[in-house]
Amino acid sequence: MSSVDGSVAVPEPVHGDQHRHLHDGEHHDGHQHEHEHDDDGRQHPHDHDHGGGQAHSHDGAHDGGQEHSHTPVTTITLEQSLLARNDLSAARNRGWLAGRAIQAFNVMSSPGAGKTTLLVRTIEELGERLSIAVIEGDQETSLDADRIRRAGRPAVQINTGAGCHLDADMLRRGLDALNPDPGSTLFIENVGNLVCPALFDLGETAKVVIISVTEGDDKPQKYPHMFMAADLVIINKSDLLPYVEFDVDECFRQARQLNPHVEMLAISATGGAGLDSWYDWLIKNTQTPASHAGAQPHPMTSASQV
Amino acid sequence: MHELSITQSLVDAVLDCTGDRTVTGVNLRIGRLSGVLPDALRFCFQLLAEGTPLAGADLRIDEPAGRATCHTCRQSFILPDTIPLCTCGSADVEITGGRELMLASVEVG
Repeated sequence: MSSVDGSVAVPEPVHGDQHRHLHDGEHHDGHQHEHEHDDDGRQHPHDHDHGGGQAHSHDGAHDGGQEHSHTPVTTITLEQSLLARNDLSAARNRGWLAGRAIQAFNVMSSPGAGKTTLLVRTIEELGERLSIAVIEGDQETSLDADRIRRAGRPAVQINTGAGCHLDADMLRRGLDALNPDPGSTLFIENVGNLVCPALFDLGETAKVVIISVTEGDDKPQKYPHMFMAADLVIINKSDLLPYVEFDVDECFRQARQLNPHVEMLAISATGGAGLDSWYDWLIKNTQTPASHAGAQPHPMTSASQV
Repeated sequence: MHELSITQSLVDAVLDCTGDRTVTGVNLRIGRLSGVLPDALRFCFQLLAEGTPLAGADLRIDEPAGRATCHTCRQSFILPDTIPLCTCGSADVEITGGRELMLASVEVG
């Protein structure tokens, strides 16, 4: 039977018997059905090649004119993580960054918590000591990357469109575009969202989660996955504490309950309070790898930073 | 809506394995502490499976409960939510189950 790109095979010459059946898949020239079907219900793979790209079912005995299918079902055990592909890309990023002695910090918060403001101030005040570059993730616009560039440091903007988080492949593309200097400090400003970014390993050195005092001190309880993933929790806008009901100790207590190893700081990115602790943390974690609370192995030791 | 990209990974992983064969069933294990909502995943699956050999496949999701062991009183218990707290009052608790996010098996017909 030949039906080169044909959609429907010509039925008459093929089946000598009275029955007809429809092949809705294309059979290319010389395509043979030569396997035997045991009747014991055992499953078997079909390893012949169908050029048409679509599946179809075979059966030896066709007694009607109707569609037919195999009753046996082959179960293929996979037992693989649904995040396996992202985790593989993240591992590649981690190796790429380690090979260049770049420390990367994945900065996450809800929108408006002050991520970009903190990064701009950090560039201004720590720019002499650290070579900082930034990858900005937002659904739309390059406003944040523009702010970083105005502060004098390289930045690329990743627009996720409908996406609510960065994944490891997006970071890969950001790294290709930014090409950060060896030995530099990279901030990855994730999409403003306390939910989705928590699940996606990017290959970063450490995860920094920022909440601001106007958001309420119950954020760790409400968004436990994010706080469980964090290496450092920063409470920002501490200058507004006199005006809002926000219990810093209670917030820290909740975060520590979820994540006993998490480090915590209260700062004001605009007023400057607490920033010394943030800079100390940053210097400590750029000189030696972060004391990563998560399960990710860190491939680089300080001794390899030559 | 991280379920959309997780479901895309699911569809890609299945197709990598099954190629052109018609997939009739997909079995997942999504722990109750995993941060992924099975209903959202089902919704995304319908959208993303369309036009692929996974279209119409039966998506079965096992949802293992959260499990934890308390390092203070040594008891193992079911964890109803993500807050790791033992009934003895201790927060020195190790989560031992419920965070699974696994593609267990697929069925091809």
